[in-house]
Amino acid sequence: MSNHAHSESLELRVQFDTAEQQRDASTLGMWLFLVTEVMFFGGMFAAYTVYRNLYPEVFAICSSSLNAVLGAVNTCVLLLSSFTMVMAVRAGQLGQQKAIIWFLILTLLFGGIFLGVKAVEWKEKFDEHHIPGQAAFHLEGLQQADQGHAQLFFSLYFAMTGLHALHMVIGAGILLGLILHAKQGRYSASYYTPVDVAGLYWHFVDVIWIFLFPLLYLIDRHLGK
Amino acid sequence: MSAPHSETHVDSVGTYVKVLLALMFCTVLTTWVAYIDLGAFSTVIALSIASVKMLLVAMFFMHVRHSSKLTKLVVVGALMWLGILLVLTMTDFVTRNM
Amino acid sequence: MDTAVAQERENYLNASHGLKSWLLTKDHKRIGLLYLFTITLFFFIGGAFATLIRIELLSPQGNMVSSETYNKLFTMHAVAMIFFFMIPSIPAVLGNFFLPIMIGARDLAFPKLNLLSWYLLVIGGAFSLFAMIAGGVDTGWTFYTPYSTTYSNSWVIATALGIFIAGFSSILTGLNFIVTVHRMRAPGMTWFRMPLFVWANYATSLIQVLGTPVLAVTIVLLFVERVFQLGIFDPARGGDPVLFQHLFWFYSHPAVYIMVLPGMGVISEIISTFSRKTVFGYAFIAFSSVAIAVLGFLVWGHHMFVSGQSLYASMVFSFLSYFVAIPSAIKVFNWTATLYKGSISYQTPMLYAFGFIGLFTIGGLTGLFLAALGMDIHVTDTYFVVAHFHYIMVGGTMMAYLGGMHFWWPKMTGRMYPEGWAKLSSLVIFLGFNLTFFPQFILGYLGMPRRYHLYPAEFQVLNVMSTAGASILAVGYAMPMIYFIWSLKYGKVAPMNPWGATGLEWRTASPPPVHNFEQTPIVTHEAYDYTSVPAEEIEVV
Ligand code: HEM
Ligand SMILES: [Cu+2]
Repeated sequence: MSNHAHSESLELRVQFDTAEQQRDASTLGMWLFLVTEVMFFGGMFAAYTVYRNLYPEVFAICSSSLNAVLGAVNTCVLLLSSFTMVMAVRAGQLGQQKAIIWFLILTLLFGGIFLGVKAVEWKEKFDEHHIPGQAAFHLEGLQQADQGHAQLFFSLYFAMTGLHALHMVIGAGILLGLILHAKQGRYSASYYTPVDVAGLYWHFVDVIWIFLFPLLYLIDRHLGK
Repeated sequence: MSAPHSETHVDSVGTYVKVLLALMFCTVLTTWVAYIDLGAFSTVIALSIASVKMLLVAMFFMHVRHSSKLTKLVVVGALMWLGILLVLTMTDFVTRNM
Repeated sequence: MDTAVAQERENYLNASHGLKSWLLTKDHKRIGLLYLFTITLFFFIGGAFATLIRIELLSPQGNMVSSETYNKLFTMHAVAMIFFFMIPSIPAVLGNFFLPIMIGARDLAFPKLNLLSWYLLVIGGAFSLFAMIAGGVDTGWTFYTPYSTTYSNSWVIATALGIFIAGFSSILTGLNFIVTVHRMRAPGMTWFRMPLFVWANYATSLIQVLGTPVLAVTIVLLFVERVFQLGIFDPARGGDPVLFQHLFWFYSHPAVYIMVLPGMGVISEIISTFSRKTVFGYAFIAFSSVAIAVLGFLVWGHHMFVSGQSLYASMVFSFLSYFVAIPSAIKVFNWTATLYKGSISYQTPMLYAFGFIGLFTIGGLTGLFLAALGMDIHVTDTYFVVAHFHYIMVGGTMMAYLGGMHFWWPKMTGRMYPEGWAKLSSLVIFLGFNLTFFPQFILGYLGMPRRYHLYPAEFQVLNVMSTAGASILAVGYAMPMIYFIWSLKYGKVAPMNPWGATGLEWRTASPPPVHNFEQTPIVTHEAYDYTSVPAEEIEVV
């Protein structure tokens, strides 16, 4: 190993027999956590499916009111962050301590850009009075009777993108922690499980967005205008 | 006491770059297709492309490709349970007025 | 003092001292005991509400509390009992303590996460307690919208947040168990050598991991609707309150199996031990646990037959509900077959196991009545339903929990409980239970609706019987509380293997050392192989 053989990072917790067992346990734990996340978001996907099915025309119009190009660009930013994340894991596999740090920083940066764009989009909704529950709610091009259904769309929009953004913020916090630890030289080719496991989480959040983007921005867009 | 990762597969940078480009291509494609009138296929196409993207991320970025059977089972199980939730809920809503 | 010698050996209880050593412990055994204190507290709180309900129902006029207060009483009774007692009970106390030991591990895979789970339960409990003290909540434990989102003026949010947080306790416990069973088994402990208690907890964990997040997100949606006026379930905006019920029951039907499956695991251990026979159909029982966990996710709509759910969906859910009966029946038949020609001893845990089998069977069969569309429309929302689920939860799970507590008490504390008193209390509980809840089947069949405190005078006799039964039941529950505590000081010192049982937990000292075993056991026998127990280790008392 390198001269940075940090004993505390290789430390085998007492309940485990081998480092491999410890690593496998962490990975499995993270995958199971992601299962719970699938079901957590799943409730919202179910609500979305029900209402899109009940009110397809109104939902199409609502979808078209979102900025699809901005959404697409933001999707690419997020994909880029997934790429840098997997590169950080790769650097971990190879024990390249500097590269771990830099790829993590890049990931954090792209994640931040994504959240920034998201904030701009939300701000627009406030300016356009597309906020459910407000008396001033009004979506152009819809009859008064359909405004309630449009509120459903935007309720789902805010609930889903909000929950996703919350996950991004948590992910950013995790990245910060990893960067600090990486700077202390904690990770090496024989111990980078935290980077690996955080990577799984980050990619998962990416996958959620991969579905949110078409569901909220794209489907039946051609009907909208 | 350094336990080497026995079955660690290090993918090449090229692989990851290719996956990234494929993902971006899919994003552009799905956005472009959304403006075309495909009738009911609009949803199908959008979700198919999203599923392909999910597979790419899972297989390559999340290393499912190199993972144990158990991990694969966990992934499939999660999707199945999401399916149960969606399908059984929808059996109610699509048969309401029959 | 006379036992000082026996106490000198270092064990998990005396290895460190002081409150801090408990509140910051990572030892699964100590965390199990922390859960024990917590859920016992909630059992008393829930029991206090139940007492008030039963006193109110002594008379048909409803003259003790107002209707609003009555709504709060039954809501808070159910919230305390279901979310803060039943769901954590067997997995978090007995499972926490014994699952690692039974597979020969030193601890769970994630001890810190385990401690966090306990804190989450405590924090969630604190929220709910706050709501109860501040004025209560009156929506029913089911939190149906739009009442819960729009109309109720009670402490919905605090209670719901409490349940949300406690839900994560449950999720993380399940996650921890699954990883532990996959990754921490001792050498030789193959899947089909695992005790059935471990299988049952594994299946339960699957439900916790797959189901509880949906409850969590449902609460989030309720929260944003009530607080930020988002409108997911709001009929005024075209939202559908029945969607709330779908999401709620997607979790809450499987949750009934979170409550009963671990109990079934306890029963398998007890039946085998006290008939000194290997469990009949081991693999069937193991797989039936997993089958129940899976099938349990396909039937939730049987709670919604009169909700406005489509008739077609109701028929599908009704049909699927019958499949759950199969694995449940497999268990009951196999336990019975285990008894056949066994050398049965009627110790307290075995009495509880008998109670479980009988009462669970009644509860499960009445579940099938309820799953039949026509029958359900007659008895839905009546006391028949109340009797059904109390037969399963109180008659089933509670019996198994007490049976398990008696079975493992010597291992957990190093002391024997007084057998005579314990037998007596198990009989009192059995009688009190049936007197409380059997009349409710009749009441419900005659048409007495649940959740009202006014009722026609002709129902009074049966209600008085029920309240009388509840008093007996209360005495029955008080007894173990007293003699368990008594036994800590005055009980006989427990040997390593007082029942001559086969599990690995009986191959280590009572109470176990900090890391469970002096050295990691190597497993060479099937579960319940009574020839594998060294005779010199058995000291049947
Ligand atoms: C095994 C453990 C079980 C437990 C702990 C349990 C518990 C419960 C609970 C708590 C309720 C009342 C929910 C409420 O409305 O507040 C209930 C209702 C019901 N249970 Fe069970 N149950 C179990 C097994 C079964 C089985 C095996 C079936 C049938 C296959 C069944 C069928 C039903 C039905 C149809 C209802 C709804 C009745 C109605 O509201 O009209 N249950 N059960
Ligand atoms: Cu049910």
